[in-house]
Amino acid sequence: MATSPMTPECLLPGPTPVALLDAAGQVIPGDDLDMPGDQVLLALYRMMVLGRRFDTQATALTKQGRLAVYPSARGQEACQVGAVAALRPQDWLFPTYRDSMALVARGIDPVEVLTLLRGDWHSGYDPYDKRVAPQCTPLATNTLHAVGMARAAVIKGEDMVALVMLGDGATSEGDTHAALNFAAVWKAPVVFLVQNNGYAISVPLAKQTAAPSLAHKGIGYGVPGTLVDGNDAAAVYAVVRRAVAAAAAGAGPALIEALTYRVEAHTNADDATRYRSREEVESWLARDPVTRLREHLGRRGLLSDAVAAALEAQAEAEAAALRQRMNSDARHDPADLFRYVYAQRTPELRRQQHELAAELADLEEARTHHDDDR
Amino acid sequence: MTMIAEQDRALAAGQAVTMAGALNQALSDALSEDDTVLVFGEDVATLGGVFRITSGLAAAFGETRVFDTPLAESGIVGTAIGMAMNGLRPVVEMQFDAFAYPAFEQITSHLAKLRNRTRGRVELPIVIRIPYGGGIGGVEHHCDSSEAYYTHTPGLRVVTPGTPADAYVLLRQAIKSPDPVIFLEPKRRYWSSEVVSAHAGSPLDRAVVRRPGSDVTLISYGGALATTLEAAEAAEADDRSVEVIDLRSLAPFDDETVTASVKRTGRAVVVHEASRFCGYGAEVAARVSEQCFHYLEAPVLRVAGFDIPYPPPSLEEYHLPSVDRILAAIDRLQWRETAPVVQVAG
Repeated sequence: MATSPMTPECLLPGPTPVALLDAAGQVIPGDDLDMPGDQVLLALYRMMVLGRRFDTQATALTKQGRLAVYPSARGQEACQVGAVAALRPQDWLFPTYRDSMALVARGIDPVEVLTLLRGDWHSGYDPYDKRVAPQCTPLATNTLHAVGMARAAVIKGEDMVALVMLGDGATSEGDTHAALNFAAVWKAPVVFLVQNNGYAISVPLAKQTAAPSLAHKGIGYGVPGTLVDGNDAAAVYAVVRRAVAAAAAGAGPALIEALTYRVEAHTNADDATRYRSREEVESWLARDPVTRLREHLGRRGLLSDAVAAALEAQAEAEAAALRQRMNSDARHDPADLFRYVYAQRTPELRRQQHELAAELADLEEARTHHDDDR
Repeated sequence: MTMIAEQDRALAAGQAVTMAGALNQALSDALSEDDTVLVFGEDVATLGGVFRITSGLAAAFGETRVFDTPLAESGIVGTAIGMAMNGLRPVVEMQFDAFAYPAFEQITSHLAKLRNRTRGRVELPIVIRIPYGGGIGGVEHHCDSSEAYYTHTPGLRVVTPGTPADAYVLLRQAIKSPDPVIFLEPKRRYWSSEVVSAHAGSPLDRAVVRRPGSDVTLISYGGALATTLEAAEAAEADDRSVEVIDLRSLAPFDDETVTASVKRTGRAVVVHEASRFCGYGAEVAARVSEQCFHYLEAPVLRVAGFDIPYPPPSLEEYHLPSVDRILAAIDRLQWRETAPVVQVAG
């Protein structure tokens, strides 16, 4: 349907997801969206290969007891890598606990990415270093932080866009509603990227919403909604880039729903066979995002076997390095418990820190005596 | 504009100012002094807030710095967090105590914890102003004393002025604080007035002795402070010398000032209008007992609201701590002339 910019219809997503590549990696003609350049496609592929190997390694680390828990994003590589690649250095990313691959793609040290899930501290990296907020565990609360960050940028006259990641389940939370509304009223430069991976732990989308799509929710706020094939890295990149550019130019927020699939269970502690069939998982494996882009690049002669092999080798080397670094126990200072609660420790926290120190000293002394007695 | 101009004159001339006026002046001065300070919330711009605390600020400082938000408290606090991450100092208003509850997750899970989660890398100098408590004939959901919800959350400062002068000083200090501050405004004292100095006052985390005395220490704060001071005056008639401590900072707690007083007087009563069970007074009583046990002549008593949902306007007088109820508590502090005589064998 032809729409003018002034009609509400222009806020609605198209009837089918935006896609540039089909499942076999063939170019889908049509649409006004430009195919990313060759170098961008290669970079996307590279980040997806490295990201997937990182993800597999992290899942393996839970089995070795090196990670307390890991929510895998296997299958969602195109969403996480495509979105991050579309951001500029000055933009901010507001990720969730499932977006570890996005953090790695943004250039954060993988060990720092895993600090939270390793149980060493709540957030391992400096948010200001790569402009990535701490991974958000409560659902949808980060949407509002992104809106505030973006609104502050406008107030301060900064050229910056905030991209917030959320899942299909999080769209049911009240904060998503408030954030879309605030962002629209304020015309804040925010991109909401919903990775619709089909399930909120075990609950399928049909039990989550009666909306025709999650992208349709945008119209209620005056926010344009776009539905994109979330397993097509080229399309995700192009759609997010367009939204980032529009937001930076003052067009206000955008809502993007990327259709994808969580191939692994919710976390290593979850059993996905209780709520979905093997056939369903296999149907999505046939639409694998990494294979799709590799097929495309191979067909166009942009990815030689030698380059592909070198990339695989790099991914292995990075995984081995991560394994090695995660193999040592981090040193913990119990005094850290009290250091960061307030700008300065309160008298009460100083007392409690001394209490703990005395308790630990007693234990240490008892241990020393015990050793002496042997 | 007029309100701010009038207060400027009143402050400069050493004339009495209401608590509402003092708060308005504090916001105005903070906005003038620091470009990163923002004021926003529901109805705060054009209307000046339902209690007019922000009256004239939007006109004076423009709607980029003082603005109305859509109606969602979680949205107000959540976006304030993002703005503070980007270097601004938001001062946000929750319209009423009970209407702040939708923001509870943002306050407890993010505002209070982000500094800790990031090892001090993310600082959130945000002030959340909340008109709280009863005594104004408000209908349900407009009169809660919700301080204990916040004081039980590590990472938050919780502050409440009991006087107009303190309202000015504490709000200025709260806005300058690098920590997030829950700023509880006792709405029934908004129209009380006194001379306010812009250049005096105790530090943000200290309690003050409002009235010296030697027989008993009354510990109070916020809306109940004036009633407590009145009771202290009345007790003089019974020849009781009553000291009154205004806590001001509920978190962190100023043990030093409180214990110094109780060790001197040997008796203590905590007065607040919030419900008694697991109320703020329970923590005060426990701390005083732990730190002053051998100095105490009687158990620490609490005068508090009943353990009921806040009553409707025509019944609230039965709920709020009154002068008589405070005097009755003082009488129960096992004074020698009334204490049972114990015969010690041998």
